[in-house]
Amino acid sequence: MLNPTQRDIWPERQALLAALWQILPSKDVLYEDEDLRPYECDGLTAYRQLPGVVCLPNTLEQARAILRLCNEMHVPVVARGAGTGLSGGALPLAHGVVLSLARFNRILALDPVNRTARIEPGVRNLAISEAVAHYNLYYAPDPSSQIACTIGGNVAENSGGVHCLKYGLTVHNVLGLKMLTMDGELIEIGGSALDSPGYDLLALMHGSEGLLGVIVEITVKLLPKPDRAQVALAAFDSVTKAGDAVAAIIAAGIIPAGLEMMDNLAIRAAEDYVHAGYPVDAAALLLCEVDGENAEVSEQIFQVRELLLKSGATEVRTAQDENERLKFWAGRKSAFPAVGRIAPDYYCMDGTIPRHRLAEVLTRIGELSKEFRLQVANVFHAGDGNLHPLILYDANKPGDLARAETFGAKILEICIAVGGTITGEHGVGVEKLTPMCLQFAPAELAQFHDIKHAFDPKDLLNPGKAVPTLHRCAEFGAMHVHQGNLRFPELDRF
Amino acid sequence: MTADRSTSLQDRVREAAAHKTPLHIIGGNTKHFYGRATNGAPLPLREHCGIVSYQPSELVITARGGTPLAEIETALGEHRQMLAFEPPHFGADATLAGAIACGLSGPRRPYAGAARDFVLGVKILNGKGEILKFGGEVMKNVAGFDVSRLMAGALGTLGVLLEISLKVLPKPQTELTLSFQTTAQEAIALLNTLNTRPLPLSAACHDGETLRVRLFGTDTAVRAAHQKIGGIVDDAGNAFWERVREHKHGFFNDSAPLWRLSAPPAALPLNLPGQWLIDWGGAQRWLKNPLPAEVIRETVARLGGHATLFRNGERKGQVFHPLPPAMLAIHKRLKFAFDPHGIFNPGRLYADF
Repeated sequence: MLNPTQRDIWPERQALLAALWQILPSKDVLYEDEDLRPYECDGLTAYRQLPGVVCLPNTLEQARAILRLCNEMHVPVVARGAGTGLSGGALPLAHGVVLSLARFNRILALDPVNRTARIEPGVRNLAISEAVAHYNLYYAPDPSSQIACTIGGNVAENSGGVHCLKYGLTVHNVLGLKMLTMDGELIEIGGSALDSPGYDLLALMHGSEGLLGVIVEITVKLLPKPDRAQVALAAFDSVTKAGDAVAAIIAAGIIPAGLEMMDNLAIRAAEDYVHAGYPVDAAALLLCEVDGENAEVSEQIFQVRELLLKSGATEVRTAQDENERLKFWAGRKSAFPAVGRIAPDYYCMDGTIPRHRLAEVLTRIGELSKEFRLQVANVFHAGDGNLHPLILYDANKPGDLARAETFGAKILEICIAVGGTITGEHGVGVEKLTPMCLQFAPAELAQFHDIKHAFDPKDLLNPGKAVPTLHRCAEFGAMHVHQGNLRFPELDRF
Repeated sequence: MTADRSTSLQDRVREAAAHKTPLHIIGGNTKHFYGRATNGAPLPLREHCGIVSYQPSELVITARGGTPLAEIETALGEHRQMLAFEPPHFGADATLAGAIACGLSGPRRPYAGAARDFVLGVKILNGKGEILKFGGEVMKNVAGFDVSRLMAGALGTLGVLLEISLKVLPKPQTELTLSFQTTAQEAIALLNTLNTRPLPLSAACHDGETLRVRLFGTDTAVRAAHQKIGGIVDDAGNAFWERVREHKHGFFNDSAPLWRLSAPPAALPLNLPGQWLIDWGGAQRWLKNPLPAEVIRETVARLGGHATLFRNGERKGQVFHPLPPAMLAIHKRLKFAFDPHGIFNPGRLYADF
């Protein structure tokens, strides 16, 4: 990581500031250390870097002018929404500009008959559903940070949430985008129709982590609110049985609106925090929500209950009313802060695995936990295989963070080994650059770089994030022989 | 049948790249009418076939590009599962790679999602002859750019689809088709009220005389929804949806230029002469009409949509909606990023690449 003082030896900074003051009122250009401090990290606080400059444009023309200027001056740009990302995707660069889209916070148009909303990137995820609630519509993707995270960041990360299995990820719920390229061209992709001509750039932009363009407008799809949702809570004396129950529900042809699992440590932390009435002795807890037409929901929740019991649940409860349903969910939704209360720090992982490998993966994580002498709480989007092990550590204890990071890297290796992926919804950012070297071969990484350069030939948009350089992977490969194969035999070692 | 021909396909592509010889990728050759005319040396994919893995409880199937769609649907049917985007086959030989490369979806699309929405991973041959894997077999995956979905609808211009992993869904317990005798105008109005209510809809189509709406789900859910919205039960509903999906409905039996208009679903019937069939709950409108392309394109573009000359008509002109210059420039650079020698289906999508 760069030392913050390196900014002082950045000779172009003064010229850049002078040019930015021509574009923005001086109050919207931040450059003093104390003003820059809030931007030094995103939700992944272990990585910090003071940016060179922060710009807060109010208009599209200002954003475009900033990009054109930075393009001419070869200054890298990191776009930033609410800064809730968990992989360091919005980590600033010492010699770069942070382009904050916080002021792009207007809902531009609501179209209830076409079930769309046209919004600016700085609109908060939850604010969309709030704005259309009176039409009995909502925006489906609900990442845990939905009260704070913004839709622009959701697109950049292709955010998920607890309802993905049935309602999809961000990419399934966005119809159109407007974005600025690094040279200031405004590109419109899609809109209010269901598809658009040419390549599916809409899909490509989702999860592109700010490397391809700066999103300035989004058209999202809205859905009618289901008549009713009902949740069943089941306790299990083993994680394997809980995993079997998940498979049994899916095999029965039910697609739950939400299907979440927590292990014992996560259950206890959540119970201590929100008193959701969770069974604190259970090895695993499963929440299974179904939604739809009233009578159908009653029928399906009964079927789910039977399947849970048949799979060996020691207890199954269904919420008696809407309050209790929300209480059941409150424990799960606050699992991260709850775990935050039982340890000074935690490191959140985000692998995805084929569901049927869950028990063996959790067993292996348990063994590693002993080996590294660090506790781990597991929260699992069981419906879609997305596992969030939270590794507990204390940043003030020498060596703890390094141990947590090594432990985390081992977990991601396991995810790859069982046919999964190193990141399900949090993105690569700066955090998972090294594991990317394990998941992808050099030619695949080179293809990613070629895609990046098709949009941003000078490599100025969020450079160094999301896709590791082949050089980095070669260095890593020299230290790490994966499954007996040296991954980058053709590259020089440094 | 199952066979891995990736090595011989790779050899063919490497050779073509070395000599900059254009290739015309062919699956089952059932959708040759779609897109612009292209004239490369044939690169048949059919022998590279077979289901690689299918685990019903994971809701994922992986198969080689040349696998017949029918084989995949039969395998899924045995576990009461389906490809929820209802891909049109347009012939018995349709392959998985062809379905994804064309990116076409059937009547369920507005309610369940498009072909691209179900693509989880691909193994491709790029224009340098490299075999690359992107995505995977899991539902959530944000490692690297989403190359997998980018392949859907790219008409083979970015790479040869060697293997594709798709999310699959359980077949609904029941489906029920209801019909309403309405004009197109009334159909749009009725759809506007239905589409904004939490109803278990899985298709809605107006064929010029009748609006048909399909409900899906448990028997209870379908019965309850029928009570709410009324309509006459159409016992031949399944056959109707298949005819619409496969363009075997009488409307499509015509040699006139067939336009596909993608429009905001609630848009009123467009003021263009010709015969119309409205599908996808209003979002996909078929028009038979010999009008100049510009007139059709301008009309639908004003609504925020686009138009494709889907079948018949001049196949050497602009079949797909023209792209603005900045967008076209990105397309060309993206094409170059995957296929630097321009060997895959040149001109099939746009004349420029």
